[in-house]
Amino acid sequence: MTAAIRLKGVSRHFGSVRAVDDVDLEIREGEFFSLLGPSGSGKTTCLRLIAGFDQPTSGAVEIFGTDATATPPYRRPVNTVFQDYALFPHLNVRENVAYGPKVRGDPGPVRRRLADEALDLVALGGFGDRRPSELSGGQRQRVALARALVMEPRVLLLDEPLGALDPKLREQMQGELKALQRRLGIAFVFVTHDQAEALSMSDRMAVFNEGRVQQLGTPQEVYDRPQKPFVADFVGSSNVLPPEMVERLTGKAARASLRPESIRMGSGGVSGTVARRYFLGSATRIEVASEGVTLNVLLPKGSEVPATGADVSLVWEADALHVMPGDDHG
Amino acid sequence: MADVAARARNSARAAALSRVSDALWRRPSLLLLALVVPPLLWLGIVYLGSLFALLAHSFFSIDEFSGLVKYELTLKTYAELFRASNFDILVRTILMASAVTVAAAVVAFPIAYFAARHARGRWKAAFYLGVMLPLWSSYLVRVYSWKLILAKEGILNWVFETLRLTWLLEAYLSVPGIGGNSLSVSWTGTFLVFLYIWLPFMILPVQAALERVPPSMLEASGDLGARPGQTVRNVVLPLALPGIAAGSIFTFSLTMGDYIIPQIVGTSARMIGQAVYQFQGTAGNIPLAAAFAVVPVVVMGFYLTLARRTGAFDAL
Repeated sequence: MTAAIRLKGVSRHFGSVRAVDDVDLEIREGEFFSLLGPSGSGKTTCLRLIAGFDQPTSGAVEIFGTDATATPPYRRPVNTVFQDYALFPHLNVRENVAYGPKVRGDPGPVRRRLADEALDLVALGGFGDRRPSELSGGQRQRVALARALVMEPRVLLLDEPLGALDPKLREQMQGELKALQRRLGIAFVFVTHDQAEALSMSDRMAVFNEGRVQQLGTPQEVYDRPQKPFVADFVGSSNVLPPEMVERLTGKAARASLRPESIRMGSGGVSGTVARRYFLGSATRIEVASEGVTLNVLLPKGSEVPATGADVSLVWEADALHVMPGDDHG
Repeated sequence: MADVAARARNSARAAALSRVSDALWRRPSLLLLALVVPPLLWLGIVYLGSLFALLAHSFFSIDEFSGLVKYELTLKTYAELFRASNFDILVRTILMASAVTVAAAVVAFPIAYFAARHARGRWKAAFYLGVMLPLWSSYLVRVYSWKLILAKEGILNWVFETLRLTWLLEAYLSVPGIGGNSLSVSWTGTFLVFLYIWLPFMILPVQAALERVPPSMLEASGDLGARPGQTVRNVVLPLALPGIAAGSIFTFSLTMGDYIIPQIVGTSARMIGQAVYQFQGTAGNIPLAAAFAVVPVVVMGFYLTLARRTGAFDAL
């Protein structure tokens, strides 16, 4: 597979702020790629550099092997679904979707047909004559999707497209987006701050923090083998054990990640005291204070939950403890 | 003892006040009524009342021998408006108001666009100051200073002279209709001063309309393949249209009603405002003055209906 998008040493500085700092990234053709990170981590700036709304301070952006660093957005073969949808309020739904074909110079009947096909694709056939203001959030989201897809891009950029939807609808749209991506076979570059969303939808993902890519890999790799404490904590809220504790347990003096769901109650393990309990519905999370470290433990429904203040002993499988090679600034 | 009495009085007053505020809280419509009635009375009696008095007068006529107003309903005064000399005044005024409005929109748009999309911090403050500052000084002073700028001995002539372009100015001034002896006694002069004086009233609403357009809307247009020119035509202009419409209401109606600018700068041919001023003053022909004054009201009515029909207010 060839690279659809390649960022080569791309930086974007705003004054003294390094929004994107020397990022190398390769997004393959036809894959679902997520840029995951907290707000201000540089993921949206990265997307804007790919779309062409912003220009890198240094470095190069390649799209399908050609240098596009200085190409304006209207000449790039990518399209964007905006976080606020950015639908044109003075146009109805069909005119919104037909906007791209219109400025391209397609004749009226052609762009009408294209728009209606795109609306069918997102299950909004028959909504063409409505105004964007008459639609629900989820419907607007679909119009924004149709408006980008009508251009038949080989890469679709999505900037937190599900951020404004309620959880139920969000879950449904996640499934639909993934199915749509499979069906169209084009690359989706998906910006999100929701680690569960990135894990469940992506073929590969890049975890961003402070303008840099902290880790790049499949969701499994990122979840099971976090390379840095930040990744361990941000993706799946892992416990990050300090080097002293890890050295005593394994002999290696480095920080290690330990997933809350890998820890069980047992005997002869690490002892501690239950500090707090949180009932989550499908599980209960407890915080155990042990040797100056607070460990999060996720107990599945049906298991015995110790009372607050109780002394407990925690055990886990040897391979659950993942020693991390890097620290956050390495 | 006195202390106790004072405290009792105070608490009684507080109790009465809280009874009033409780009653208003329970019935919000009462509060609304109290707030709205005084200004409505002002607007209704003083403003609309005088407007109707004016309208009524335009349906009376003047006795040609005694010069007194005959209080009989007639359309004779309106027929007067269509006499060539009067009709010229109407046409001239409406043409001037249209020209000023179109020019104001053209000049205001780039300024408003810059202020709304690019100016930040100090530049934004400079923009507001630049647009508003002229409004803080006297209107008369500004008009008179324009008379000096445009006069034969004025700075504009000097600039043309220095650039060896006097022939161009002369050629322009020899065009009948818009030209004249110098710019300060030509229709072009009147037009320039109108344009300058009313420009802030166009810039501010257009800027407000553009300010409401989220940047992502313009990015979306470019993302879908529109070149900057196409984005302006297809997205920015339609979304700025309500602001342009609002601004044009100001520039159009203010130009139609003004009687000072054409008196100070321009030719001796009159505009509606001057006609109203003279007919109700020196000529004492209040019915004809009223009929003249009704024209801008009617024209604005037509204008607003037209603007509504073309969808200028759709994006509001």
